[in-house]
Amino acid sequence: MARVRMYSRFLRLWHWLQALLVIMLLLTGFEVHGSYRLFGFEHAVDYHRLAAWSLLGLWALAWFWHLTTGEWKQYIPSPIDRVIAMLRYYGVGIFRGEPHPFHKDRWHRHNPLQRMAYLSLHVLIGPAIWISGLAYISYPYWAQFGLGGLSLTPVALVHTAAAFLMLTFLVAHLYLALTTSEAPFAYLKGMISGYEEISDESR
Amino acid sequence: MVSSWTGTLFSLSLYLVASIAAFFSLSGVAGAVQQTSTADHSKFEQLRGPFENGPAVTKACLGCHTEAAKQLHKTTHWTWAFDNALTGEKLGKKNVVNNFCVATATNWPRCTSCHIGYGWKDDKFDLTSEVNVDCLVCHDTTGTYKKFPTDAGHPNYEPKMWPPKSGKVRQPPDLVKVAQGVGKPGRSNCGACHFYGGGGDGVKHGHLDSSMHNPKHATDVHMDVDGLNFTCQTCHTTGGHQISGSRYAPTATDEKGIDIPGRTDDSRASCESCHGNTPHGVQANAKLNQHTDKIACVTCHVPEFARGGRKTKMWWDWSTAGRKDQHGKPLVIKDADGYDTYDFKKGDFRWESNVVPEYRWFNGEVRHATMGKKIDDSAVVPINVTSGSYDDPKSRIWPFKVMRGRQPYDSENKVLAVPHLFGKDGDAYWKSFDWGRAIKAGFDATGQPFSGKFGFVETEYAWPVTHMVAPKEQALSCDACHSRDGRLAKLGGFYMPGRDRLQWLDWLGWLAVFGTLGGVSLHGLLRLLTAGKRRSS
Repeated sequence: MARVRMYSRFLRLWHWLQALLVIMLLLTGFEVHGSYRLFGFEHAVDYHRLAAWSLLGLWALAWFWHLTTGEWKQYIPSPIDRVIAMLRYYGVGIFRGEPHPFHKDRWHRHNPLQRMAYLSLHVLIGPAIWISGLAYISYPYWAQFGLGGLSLTPVALVHTAAAFLMLTFLVAHLYLALTTSEAPFAYLKGMISGYEEISDESR
Repeated sequence: MVSSWTGTLFSLSLYLVASIAAFFSLSGVAGAVQQTSTADHSKFEQLRGPFENGPAVTKACLGCHTEAAKQLHKTTHWTWAFDNALTGEKLGKKNVVNNFCVATATNWPRCTSCHIGYGWKDDKFDLTSEVNVDCLVCHDTTGTYKKFPTDAGHPNYEPKMWPPKSGKVRQPPDLVKVAQGVGKPGRSNCGACHFYGGGGDGVKHGHLDSSMHNPKHATDVHMDVDGLNFTCQTCHTTGGHQISGSRYAPTATDEKGIDIPGRTDDSRASCESCHGNTPHGVQANAKLNQHTDKIACVTCHVPEFARGGRKTKMWWDWSTAGRKDQHGKPLVIKDADGYDTYDFKKGDFRWESNVVPEYRWFNGEVRHATMGKKIDDSAVVPINVTSGSYDDPKSRIWPFKVMRGRQPYDSENKVLAVPHLFGKDGDAYWKSFDWGRAIKAGFDATGQPFSGKFGFVETEYAWPVTHMVAPKEQALSCDACHSRDGRLAKLGGFYMPGRDRLQWLDWLGWLAVFGTLGGVSLHGLLRLLTAGKRRSS
């Protein structure tokens, strides 16, 4: 076993800030959606806007970071047989105590399922949220932008659908990140310290 | 040292004098009205009297104010007729039907106790008469001039009982004193009629009632006697006796914003005339100013009407009128607060205070069921129909008092009746209590055919709520509308966050979320169960 610096300082800052903002946005967003009452509609909207603009800024930095550091390559989808191997592991192997079919290192952090999930998060759910969100937030100016004919219904539909996907992602992510490591909470510790113990064979 | 002490003392005493002066100027409202006038009417020879009656006073007024009557002749206050340029309808009290006392025709002397004239006792009243203009009802500052309820606009000139046979005697006003005390109208001059519309205190509007004579801050922030102390014409600006603001053709949307003399219409009868279209300051949520393009000011700022401690009538069912009690005496039932919930002359009533308005898209266009118009009696008959929609940029969401009730109609010709209620003749409903005769008399008098068959049909009449602006702390919060069952729950045509959702998307979404949660829980549980086996192997 070796202790490897897996997550750079920016990556960790990005991850945790994003986590905080996403949870805040989900909490306030579903209140604005009318699912429950927590902060009161006015505060919920205000916090939602504040968190939304913050997340947009953070995402801009993250995209820049990914593109300039080459980190984006870590999201390139894996060959299908490796994806199937992962699915088989979660579906069967994990119960039998079989070894994890994927061995991570600094430049191959994500297993084939993570690559798919995170890629979808970054290029599908994320953009769907911020594009529909920017449209939503600029509602009072639609007429000035020549979008007077646009209806709020489809914008709200896309935004809400993306929010449900984000919440679904969060549920699965929390389960996998918090419970599937070999040592208890090893992934969580790694995302905090930046270092992870990885087996020698994968180095 | 010494000089600074005397300075402080001096400014203290100045402050004291100023506050005493302020106190007296505020408490002497009538005096304040007089101060700006250059004429003291008590010094006028023409007003020494004695005056035989109201028209005699008017004659004296017209001696100097030569054009006044001609100006008044052009007003709706005088003609009780209004041509709506927008809809082409002929309106005014002369022509409309409502669901209070229904119509003025054949009931003239009772209704015209709120006409700004003398002697409109039948449909032959001379609308060109100058001496029959009543100057005093608007310009009396003594508070002693009152039109008698059944004398066609005249005050009583002899002591007279009101209500009849009640033993309560109304003394005639001292016309000389009243004439010498004329001045600018105050709230109570307008209020003498407008606070009592529909036949009593607060009956008709609900946002205009006797609590507005001297309203508290909580009732109306603008008219607050201890605050801004506005009169009616502070907003309803006047010129040549024409008063701005109209119920028949309301300004639902004032995009001109703050009124600038010479550039705009010099009317302040809209909130925007003073407050503009972005009235919320920097300390307020920026979202509020973005709502003014769709929401009328009063929608949030008059959260409830009839807030001054008076109730307003919300339901009037004429069909139950005429009942007697077990002793064979005409039945009157009053609620705990003294409001009549049943009156044998008028039927059943429902009264409410602190009423939450109903909300509609409104662009200022209102169409009325005027006399003789066909109705559809298969459903509730709207006496007026307001126009507006989300898609119409001229529309705003407005609060309404919706008056509901049941009233007589010709059930074969499908026309609302114009019942002859008041009068000394046997056809009058309040004499004979015979609907057939009262309805026939009304149709006959207005030149309409009557099939002989009548019934009672449910009607509703929407009145935009504009007065009783509440302190800002009481303005509606976002949640009032942005919630599942909020105030705008029934208002269609648009997607509103907090209220609306696509049900199928919610089902799918929560299915995904809880499906995943269930899935991972099951997965985790299975892992726990198989953990022992793994260890042993």
